[in-house]
Amino acid sequence: MTAEIVVNTQNLHKRVMSPEGELTLLQGVDLSIAAGETVAIVGASGSGKSTLLGLLAGLDEPTEGQVSIAGQDLFALDEDGRARLRGEKVGFVFQAFQLLPNLTALENVMLPLELAGRHDARQVAEEVLQRVALAERASHYPKQLSGGEQQRVAIARAFAPHPQVLFADEPTGNLDRRTGERIIDLLFQLNAEQGTTLVLVTHDPHLAARCQRQLELDEGQLQMELEPS
Amino acid sequence: MNHFPLALRHLHREWRAGELKVLAMALIIAVASVTSVNFFTSRIHQALAGQANELLGGDLVYLSDRAIKAQRVARATELGLQSATTVEFPTMVLAGERNQLVALKAVSAGYPLRGQNRTAPRLFAADAAVTGGPAPGTVWGGSRLLTILGVDVGEKITVGNIDLKVAAVLTSEPDQSEGVLLNIAPRLLMHTDDLPDTGLIQPASRVVYRLLLAGDAEAIGQIRQEWQPGLRPGESLLDVQDARPEVRTALKRGEHFLALAALVSVLLAGAAVAMATRRFISRHLDNCAIMRCLGAEQAMISRLYLIQMAVLGLLASVVGIFVGYLAQWGLMLFLAPLAGIELPAPSLWPVALGLITGMVTLLGFAVPPILQLKNVPTLRVLRRDLGGLQANALSAYGIGILAFMVLVLFQAQNLKLAVAIVAGLLLVLLMLALVAGGLLLLLRPLRKKGGAAWRFGVVNISRRSGHSLVQMVGFGVGLMALLLLAVVRGDLLSEWENRLPADAPNRFLINIQPDQLEDVRDFLRAEGVEPPLLYPMVRARLEQINGKAIVPDELKTDRAKRLVAREFNLSWAEAVQSGNAVVSGSWWQPGDYGKAIISVEQSLAKELGLGLGDTLTYNVAGELFTAEISSLRRINWESFKANFFVVAPPGLLDKYPVNYITGFYLPAEQHAVLNRMVQQFPNIMVLDVATILNQVRDIIEQVIMAVEYVFIFTVLAGLMVMYATIHATLDERIREAAVLRTLGARRSQLLSSIMLEYTGLGLLSGLVGAIAAGAIGMVIAKQVFDLAYLPGPALWLSGMLIGAVGVGVAGTLGTRFVLNQPPLKTLRGA
Ligand SMILES: Nc1ncnc2c1ncn2[C@@H]1O[C@H](COP(=O)(O)OP(=O)(O)OP(=O)(O)O)[C@@H](O)[C@H]1O
Ligand SMILES: [Mg+2]
Repeated sequence: MTAEIVVNTQNLHKRVMSPEGELTLLQGVDLSIAAGETVAIVGASGSGKSTLLGLLAGLDEPTEGQVSIAGQDLFALDEDGRARLRGEKVGFVFQAFQLLPNLTALENVMLPLELAGRHDARQVAEEVLQRVALAERASHYPKQLSGGEQQRVAIARAFAPHPQVLFADEPTGNLDRRTGERIIDLLFQLNAEQGTTLVLVTHDPHLAARCQRQLELDEGQLQMELEPS
Repeated sequence: MNHFPLALRHLHREWRAGELKVLAMALIIAVASVTSVNFFTSRIHQALAGQANELLGGDLVYLSDRAIKAQRVARATELGLQSATTVEFPTMVLAGERNQLVALKAVSAGYPLRGQNRTAPRLFAADAAVTGGPAPGTVWGGSRLLTILGVDVGEKITVGNIDLKVAAVLTSEPDQSEGVLLNIAPRLLMHTDDLPDTGLIQPASRVVYRLLLAGDAEAIGQIRQEWQPGLRPGESLLDVQDARPEVRTALKRGEHFLALAALVSVLLAGAAVAMATRRFISRHLDNCAIMRCLGAEQAMISRLYLIQMAVLGLLASVVGIFVGYLAQWGLMLFLAPLAGIELPAPSLWPVALGLITGMVTLLGFAVPPILQLKNVPTLRVLRRDLGGLQANALSAYGIGILAFMVLVLFQAQNLKLAVAIVAGLLLVLLMLALVAGGLLLLLRPLRKKGGAAWRFGVVNISRRSGHSLVQMVGFGVGLMALLLLAVVRGDLLSEWENRLPADAPNRFLINIQPDQLEDVRDFLRAEGVEPPLLYPMVRARLEQINGKAIVPDELKTDRAKRLVAREFNLSWAEAVQSGNAVVSGSWWQPGDYGKAIISVEQSLAKELGLGLGDTLTYNVAGELFTAEISSLRRINWESFKANFFVVAPPGLLDKYPVNYITGFYLPAEQHAVLNRMVQQFPNIMVLDVATILNQVRDIIEQVIMAVEYVFIFTVLAGLMVMYATIHATLDERIREAAVLRTLGARRSQLLSSIMLEYTGLGLLSGLVGAIAAGAIGMVIAKQVFDLAYLPGPALWLSGMLIGAVGVGVAGTLGTRFVLNQPPLKTLRGA
């Protein structure tokens, strides 16, 4: 099967200056992820997983190398261009949920749609909230929701605009195991329904094992790919 | 894409969450304060001026040495103004064998347009206010004139070719005092209709024609605009401010002061807006990063916030204008009965100014930092430590300061004043920051002493030194406003009031002859009036400056021309009169008596371009003498004492004809003393300044009331700053308290550490605020009240006390709920 490549990097380097001198966070990362794939990025704490994810999503600029999303070279665009691309093609789920505290659950889900200027924002958001089984909590504020519920809202928000690829940085890191499982189930279901590409950073081997591929980072370098189990 | 609906929805959401309330409140206060002050000043100014216009007999007077042209009257009528004319000239009148030089004034129907004459039905009977002037065929004369002529009401006086019947005794004219010191001849009032028959007006006679106008302020302004440019020599336009410097000064002071108070509240509100914005920004950093993550472009984020701010600013301004209008209306309810006249409708200008204030304050203090939000690194969603508040103070608040200057300009319409005020306030802010920074450094060593609560409190102040600095500046500015109120109310305003004590001289006796001095003293003593100081007065005309004859047309200002055109009253004295101060040169010693030297009042010297060492040549009754200026004096003209532009040492002027002048306070109920005085000393002229005195006193009183009222806004704005300041760091405090409680800190421990922290902050910022208030008070004293004020340790101590208690209590109360929340809720609430 020669599926379309959605995420692709070439010779990705990230170096930063620190008081102790130059630090290499990523060293020559090459990877490509096909449409609809589920990929886990694993590795020890401090190995550069979040840094890589940030670069893949164009939240930060690499010192060297290229990233392309859906064929578009990310760093040929300016920050605003990348933002637009994110709005159209990329979804996010974070460890710390990152819901806007002053917006209700529904309004949080509506936000990306509103930013994209969609007129059916409310209707779509209601449907997606329904899909994550939170329809009856629509008018609640994030602080009135449990962690698991907040993460479900965040997932609804990420999926609402139908992104081609969804990045998740330790989406279950703040949740107990059972709740984490349910969140993961939800992610995989939506992935299956919408054909979204899933890229997850996780410490949880069980979760990593559910992905089609696992990429391991060690001190900023990609290790040999583990065979899917 | 149209972002307007989305921005509105966001605004609604933020508002619902209570994020914007402090911001909106601060704006409302700023706008309300500026609006009410301007509504108020425009209306009260018209009202007070209208009241003061009684001293002129009209709102505006056109003066000419030729007969008033009919077109002028027609134009005034066309604009809906009332008008009246007067014709004034000196002439001899007769009654039987006696004759007397009088200052004859013929008045048309309708005179006076403002104020009232007072007359008595018989010589020395009680008087009452009357409307209008004498009817055709009749005259009103003062008791002095009637006494000299030996006539009473009902008898006739010959004026030129005709006989006119005395219909009443004139006891007071509203516009009497104008130039009266130079007009020693007694007054006779008649009707203009009789004037042609008298045959007195000849081509060469020295006649002053006046056209009095009264009515709508706009029409008056229109007339001023139309006539002013075409005035030839011999013509002038006067309003009460030109005619009565005392009234002008009082009004000016009041206006300056009100404007200042409004500006201070705008600045305070600006500070509150800035504080509220700080919190807004720190709360929105994450939001912005998330929105960037969700695909929002920078320009879009900027636009979203801009629209939100613009709408918020507009709404807050409208509410502020409404509140300002209500406040002004309340003030008018207080003042209108005092003013006793109908208040003119408020103009629209304050509405515009309010709107400008609201938008400019917001644009200046909130928008620049908010627009920096778009620069938040998107990566912040993954790494929270990134992109903290890096608000560059200069770029963020530089615009605020510029904006504030624009406001000052609008308000004061005076660039110099604007720059001075802004520079002063900047200095105060800088001082606040410096002192606060220094004190924080000093606090460091204290961390190691005392109990746990003390340590935690002190550590908190110095650990978050950035925040503490902001808080101290916030509290300091707020406390400064409150203390400034105390300074102004306690010291400056009462000092201003006291300048016109209840027993300020309200009657002047003029033309006392040297041989009458003892008799007058005895008479007054016998009447129970403490005999006042009597000042010698020699009438002289200024002929030459430094040996060169004066050519009036070469003088630059109208005032200079007027000054040299009339006679000077020269006086002599051994010592500097009270209320006068030598500003350059030196006063004479006994050895200098008789020398040809003089002391000149500084504004006169400035007007005529005179300095120390210049010589003036005077003509006294045909004889010339020359004297050199040996000192310049400053005179407090507001004292209502007899004062002289030019004073000589004893011995120089004694050989010339001299008469004496004095002023003293006579209670209204002792008015009869004056009647007896006129009977016994018919040559002495009594000048009654009680009306002017009361006018000025009224103005001062009303302005003080207004200032106090307006200061309510200043205080509100000050409190708003403090509230916003407490609010600005609330989030961190909440989180911190929750963490500490989870770590096992007891409620009481946290409470006392919070109390200690705020009390300490209050103490320090109270001191800084007091120093600043004292400094500003000094500037206001000097610039507005022309007064030396020296702030003392009492102010600083009370600043510290008020700060410690006020901020301690407010801060503790404002933060206490933090402790009542279960820590879990706080920690989750992020
Ligand atoms: N801007 C920066 N400056 C200095 N060091 C950085 C910067 N960004 C990341 N690092 C360092 O780079 C390393 C990799 O960070 P990264 O957040 O990618 O790790 P991670 O694999 O996500 O770890 P974890 O599993 O704990 O989340 C860490 O040691 C981190 O401290
Ligand atoms: Mg990480």
